[in-house]
Amino acid sequence: MTKQLQLLRKRNRSETRFRLYGLWTIVVVLTLLGLMLVSIGIRGSSVFQKAFFHVEIEFAQKDIPYDPLHPQESLRKVNFRELIYNSIQHPDTLQRNHIQQLISPGAEIMLYNRVLKKPDMIGGKYFVWIQASDDVDYFLKHPEIKNKPALERRLSDAQMDYLSEQAAIGTLKRKFNWQFFTNGDSRSPELAGIKAALVGSFFTILVTLMLAFPLGIAAAVYIEEFAPRNRFVRFIELNINNLASVPSIVFGLLGLMVFINVMGMPRSSSIVGGLTLAMMIMPTIFIATRSALHTVPKTISRAAEALGASRVQVVFHHKVPLALPGILTGTILGVARALGESAALLMIGMVAFVVDAPTSPRDPATVLPVQIFNWARNPEQGFEDHTAAAIMVLLLFLMVMNVGAIYIRKKFEHRW
Amino acid sequence: MTSQSKIQIKDLNLFYADKQALFDINVEVMEKQVLALIGPSGCGKSSFLRCINRMNDSVEGIRIHGKVLIDKKDIYDKSIDVVSLRTRVGMVFQKPNPFPKSIYDNVAYGPRIHHLFETKAELDYVVEKSLRRAGLWEEVKDRLEHPGTGLSGGQQQRLCIARAIAVNPEIILMDEPCSALDPIATAKVEELIDELREKYTIIIVTHNLQQAARVSQQTAFFHLGRLVEAGETGEIFTNPQDGRTQGYITGRFG
Repeated sequence: MTKQLQLLRKRNRSETRFRLYGLWTIVVVLTLLGLMLVSIGIRGSSVFQKAFFHVEIEFAQKDIPYDPLHPQESLRKVNFRELIYNSIQHPDTLQRNHIQQLISPGAEIMLYNRVLKKPDMIGGKYFVWIQASDDVDYFLKHPEIKNKPALERRLSDAQMDYLSEQAAIGTLKRKFNWQFFTNGDSRSPELAGIKAALVGSFFTILVTLMLAFPLGIAAAVYIEEFAPRNRFVRFIELNINNLASVPSIVFGLLGLMVFINVMGMPRSSSIVGGLTLAMMIMPTIFIATRSALHTVPKTISRAAEALGASRVQVVFHHKVPLALPGILTGTILGVARALGESAALLMIGMVAFVVDAPTSPRDPATVLPVQIFNWARNPEQGFEDHTAAAIMVLLLFLMVMNVGAIYIRKKFEHRW
Repeated sequence: MTSQSKIQIKDLNLFYADKQALFDINVEVMEKQVLALIGPSGCGKSSFLRCINRMNDSVEGIRIHGKVLIDKKDIYDKSIDVVSLRTRVGMVFQKPNPFPKSIYDNVAYGPRIHHLFETKAELDYVVEKSLRRAGLWEEVKDRLEHPGTGLSGGQQQRLCIARAIAVNPEIILMDEPCSALDPIATAKVEELIDELREKYTIIIVTHNLQQAARVSQQTAFFHLGRLVEAGETGEIFTNPQDGRTQGYITGRFG
């Protein structure tokens, strides 16, 4: 009797221990995840906020020879830098020059775009927010650099005095940096944005989805429901399953050889990227579709068969609709994988430095993960933050897709 | 009661790969009567039942020899289309298996795939008639758009019966239709079978001997893939000719 009691106690203790191990693992995993997100968040958030000067700029007619017939060419000749410099008032000419250096080169492009959009500004005087250089941004974030020796900082005492003064009266502020979303890549970090990468990712995923979704499902439905069970079909089946575990860079090599070298498609375009990724995620969709079809109870198809439904009717009236949540979940997870893929795309030349967002899938493009890769190997200080910010955007998309997958699964889940 | 012969099964042998499951089955089913198939588990009752609407066709490695004549035509003849055969021979399964669709769509599915109606009103009529005949109409008429899977087990099984009769079959096969139901739902289904006999020829597989005695006019006893004895239900239960039949119905084995 006491022996049994002892054994029971021992068993209970070991169960408690096991539960504690489980709890600890979860805690460790969550801590690591939290650390990663926080460190990316701290780095990346600086990109979303940038320093801007509030200045009054005179858009004098004589300085801006605007031609409504050729707006872009006429405006391109305008010296917007001069307009900005003229707006900065300072009695000391030397100091004025130093202050002018605090303006980001991106400010000119901003003004150019602004006037292009609203030509009736010409002739007036307006207050605008123009972007400050990265050094200003750094100073606003770390005002303590004032105390460092002059040689170890990039701003002079006079410049810092000016900045503090402007910040105090509210004409220098950190504002949300829309340019990060509306600009393409750039050599200077304060101008670089992810628009080109976003549009490129969009086109790439579009091509991927349009190809992999129908093909993956069609192949799976055929193999699972219609194909005869012979050795040849089993061989194909096995190979498709194996394809799912092939490293993505191999698909990149295949894409390079087949689509670019043999078929002559444009290098580093979204269409080639999309085709390559479609090959990569098709096995994922295939496997998800097959297992989803497999989980539809046999009783349902038997009921339909007994009513005189043909094989095609059984499959398309009953099995595919019931398998759809599983198919969609698998597809979303496959697309999420494609969205985060970089290795395969490096092989087909999507590493290009892309300033203008592509307007069609045939244009040279880059995608988010490749953009991140490009920025990450750029030695300049500002790009480190850009890397983190772009990762945040990528993670956000992936999170949205995963939540979407969970939602679809929950919403359309069937109870038998 | 003078009844005509509806189904004749002649020298039916069935093999799953190398294993023979049915041996030389010969039996006749009368029109508008209920034939009960009884026998211990694994004796081939269900395999036999599925031969009558050719549900076995899709089973891998199956071979069927012999003849199944419905109205004197062999359903295994090459000229017979399985789809049209199954509109004539409906089936109700052991576990209620409504489609995960609305009650209305469950019943309407058969008529829809066979184009048995011209207008929506006609389809409505077919659905109502089938549900009424299955004794379910009063319970579900206000919630036809609700999912069929939300009904109770007994209601689901009656929905499956309504679904089967919506295509207007001549024969209904039932594979232990009450084995998943409680006694009250079972009583309702039995009552229904008795009513359905007016219009349909019914073959029912059952493990419940009282049920066989209650609902059937003819009974066939299967044992180890052979048809041991078949005849009038009263005769089989009160005066079985074969020792094995007697042993089974008196509960000595089973």
